[in-house]
Amino acid sequence: MNTGRKLSLTIAAVAALGMVATSALADKMYGPGVTDTSIKIGNTNPYSGPAAAYSAIGKSIAAYFDKINKENGGVNGRMIEFISLDDGYSPPKTKEQTRKLVEQDNVLLVFQGLGTPTNSAVHNYMNQKKVPQLFVATGATKWGDPENYPWTMGWQPSYQTEGKLFGAYIMENVKDPKVAILYQNDDYGKDYVTGLRDYLGDKADSIIVAEESYEVTDPTINSQMIKLKDSGANVFYNVSTPKFAAQAIKKFRELNWDAVFLNNSVSNSVGAVYKPAGLDNSKGIISLQYFQDNTDPSIFDTEPYKKWKAFMTEYYPDGDLSSSFTVYGYLVAQTLEQVLKQAGDNLTRENVMKEAANLDLELDMMLPGVKIQTSPTDFFPIEAMMPIEFDGEKFVPIGKVVSVN
Amino acid sequence: MATDVETRADPRLTVGAKIPIKLVGLFIIIGAILPFLLGGYANFQGTLIMIYAIAILGLNLLTGFNGQFSLGHSAFYAVGAYTAAILVYHLDWPVYVTIPVGGVVCFIAGFLFGLPALRLEGLYLALATFALGVAVPQILKSSHLEGLTGGVQGLDVFRPPVPEFLPLTMDQLWYYIAFGVMLIMFWIAWNLINSRTGRAMMAIRDNPIAAKSMGVNASLYKSLTFGVSAFYTGIAGAMAAIVIEFVAPDSFTFQLSILLFIGMVVGGTNSIWGAIFGGFFILTVPNFAEEISTGLSYAIFGVILILVIYVLPSGVAGLVNLLRVRIRKLL
Amino acid sequence: MDLFLQQILTGLANGAIYACLALAVVMIYQAIDHFNFAQGEMAMFSTYICWAMIAGGLPYWVAFFATIIISFVGGLAIERIIFKPLHSAPVLSHVVVFIGLVAIFNSTAGAIWDHTIKTFPSPFPDGSFAGLIGLHEIGMFFVTLIMLLGIFGFFRFTRIGMAMQAAAANPDSAGLVGIRVGWMLALGWGLAAAIGAVAGMMIAPIVFLDPNMMLGILLYGFASAIVGGISSPGGAVAGGFLVGIIENLAGTYIPAIGSELKLTVALILIVTVLLFKPNGLFGKTIVTRV
Repeated sequence: MNTGRKLSLTIAAVAALGMVATSALADKMYGPGVTDTSIKIGNTNPYSGPAAAYSAIGKSIAAYFDKINKENGGVNGRMIEFISLDDGYSPPKTKEQTRKLVEQDNVLLVFQGLGTPTNSAVHNYMNQKKVPQLFVATGATKWGDPENYPWTMGWQPSYQTEGKLFGAYIMENVKDPKVAILYQNDDYGKDYVTGLRDYLGDKADSIIVAEESYEVTDPTINSQMIKLKDSGANVFYNVSTPKFAAQAIKKFRELNWDAVFLNNSVSNSVGAVYKPAGLDNSKGIISLQYFQDNTDPSIFDTEPYKKWKAFMTEYYPDGDLSSSFTVYGYLVAQTLEQVLKQAGDNLTRENVMKEAANLDLELDMMLPGVKIQTSPTDFFPIEAMMPIEFDGEKFVPIGKVVSVN
Repeated sequence: MATDVETRADPRLTVGAKIPIKLVGLFIIIGAILPFLLGGYANFQGTLIMIYAIAILGLNLLTGFNGQFSLGHSAFYAVGAYTAAILVYHLDWPVYVTIPVGGVVCFIAGFLFGLPALRLEGLYLALATFALGVAVPQILKSSHLEGLTGGVQGLDVFRPPVPEFLPLTMDQLWYYIAFGVMLIMFWIAWNLINSRTGRAMMAIRDNPIAAKSMGVNASLYKSLTFGVSAFYTGIAGAMAAIVIEFVAPDSFTFQLSILLFIGMVVGGTNSIWGAIFGGFFILTVPNFAEEISTGLSYAIFGVILILVIYVLPSGVAGLVNLLRVRIRKLL
Repeated sequence: MDLFLQQILTGLANGAIYACLALAVVMIYQAIDHFNFAQGEMAMFSTYICWAMIAGGLPYWVAFFATIIISFVGGLAIERIIFKPLHSAPVLSHVVVFIGLVAIFNSTAGAIWDHTIKTFPSPFPDGSFAGLIGLHEIGMFFVTLIMLLGIFGFFRFTRIGMAMQAAAANPDSAGLVGIRVGWMLALGWGLAAAIGAVAGMMIAPIVFLDPNMMLGILLYGFASAIVGGISSPGGAVAGGFLVGIIENLAGTYIPAIGSELKLTVALILIVTVLLFKPNGLFGKTIVTRV
């Protein structure tokens, strides 16, 4: 890059940032992977193997950084060099790739590594090495533990938080609740169940009348659904990924099961779940959400949607417009952008972590009222969600934004 | 590092020959110097390659030398890894001790699995072992065992710091441990293959009925080979758990079995040393495929695999053997 | 009692899925004396081709039969192009090539059609029989039976079918009596790919179409084929239904197993059957000589 361009970029950045930038310009502090013109960010994603569907997140993050590099000249005049490696959702591979990012590519931080077992494999490593493991793409609760793991932070509402909010919803809205649960037999499924149980406390054993799990290798979950209906429950709590959620919805109607259908946010997508399962079948499903559903036609005319769509068409044309992963990636990349902006020219790993723990941000594809807030003692950026009901075409809010605190 | 290793796949090191002291000596010297020339990450990769090589050698003893298929060696790898992790995590055992213990536990597991497997041959055995490989992660996740295995969350394994009298980093130390263990395991395998037992194993592979009629106790040898094979893989698993510092059911899916199998075939089933190349292949080729195209990395890996089989239908060791024969004819 | 009946019927419905794929497994086994580990991914890929044609505006049945033909040709081509040069390579190398094919089909499908699940239409009417078993499952049951009769007839009554079996069982002797062994293999591949395509198109409406659709199902397909007897198409279908039912009943009535270990049940079933009836419940005994 020529000097003229660099200069103009710096000027633009200074102008944009005003006070913060000018004061920080005085003493530039750089951690590994940062120069006057670039910042290296690492990432691991499953681009291959059974979990490859999630790679849409990694791709949309890369597309977003492309966008800010092209349109804004990066962040504060530094281009973002996003190195995203494939770990195939295998913890040993994650460890190998993360070590490559940290030790060979010298990244400033690792961002949005995807998956609970995969991030667990590098959790200690990152904290020993004092490298920020920012906004990991998993909803486990252990990512918000600043005391023991000051270098790790989650992003999305934890699965347990959502489980608790569902517990609150059930207790407020259902008379004599009897809950039947379908969950995926892994950390994600179990966390949702734990959250619900925590909220229900002593009453959990009497309220939850049936629990059934499935494996990702199971062809169908029909057998489980029959057992759950047989329990006589009047609330069905579905903790499954899109494919199985769509199957569950179909079977739920086929069985003529008269119960309140609660669906976890992982599968709360019109395009990826409700449409394949049948829009009519999906009527009345209640879920909790924190960002806008990009397949909901009622938001197609809104500004935030148009901005997101323009971004998709321009920078990620192969991306699936009906996948919520792309919105997720779009939002989480903006969160990191904000952290880097706040860090100004003090781009040490310590300062990045400090700024990550100092966020108060509203993004425009989020549901109104849901904020990204962190503090040195609060490493859970998003904790609020809104109950919504699917009316066969779109989502209708059926309550206020709620959070466990 | 591994390119050096790869060229060491010398035919004279295979069955029925003497160990060429010079070549092995050279190999040991190069292997010993490498950690000081490479960074921490490369050392870590080298360690993983050697761990895979041990596991692949274990698989090869079973398949290449005894003719029993296995597509489920990830199960034994997992048992070894979890043995080490549980002993360290729950009982605070010293990590070094857990490596042989992991091997012994796997020997017993392998021997016991080998007993019913006696009745299965070829394809059926491949499927039964594949089934084992698929079932083990599920069993590890099972709520009945959660207290022990940590369930889906897995277990952390902490390594003690490097003893002060050693001027090594953690990565270098474990590189040397893996290197040493690998040399010992290869030496044992070499002796085994060149013993009476080894000849019995191969006789069973080549013609089971004839071997039986000549008085070889085929059942015993087959189960024992299963045990020994599992022992090797268990040692590798235990070391992997310690080097990666973490175990989870998702680390040991059937894909690992398939990778080990690929490593064995690509390395060559009729040699011991091919396993090192196999370990190198399964660690580096997926990374290489990813560099070509992220979205299609599996497809590229598949194409590379098929091409390798075209060029080397009996593995690297097979090619080396072939070249040796050709060169001898020319001379 | 109601629960029991429902679990049996659901088991039958799942069994139909397994049986369908098990037929393809048996078919290829008859032709190459080996399993094809890429069978599931090939079927998945065929199903995507059909999906793409339907999405492109072709009527269901046109796309259906076109897919069968494309898959047949594709299977034939794989044998001729990829496996022919490897005829003399060890079996282990073949298995590695199968693995390579799995990776190629899976990854390519993901790259072309992405990983979001897709709805695949059913040729049968919507709805269910008294809420117990879907009409699609019933239709699928009949499709499986028709394929079974077709395969049975093919091997029993046509010269080419018998020649194919001979070529697989003893290639050398078959060659001596004038059977073109190479082309028999290719034909077997083609037929297996076509049967796999039908299986894929029948299964996709139930489980939804995605690149990993066949991951678990193929395992059940193998289990069914082995339980029933790898040399017997009828046995494989029966094995499919048996695995489906036993798996559901064990998951429902044995508390220690529950849904958590359902797959493990199928695997224990394979091993048990193999221990007592090494050729499957309905398979022929094979005698080997020194």
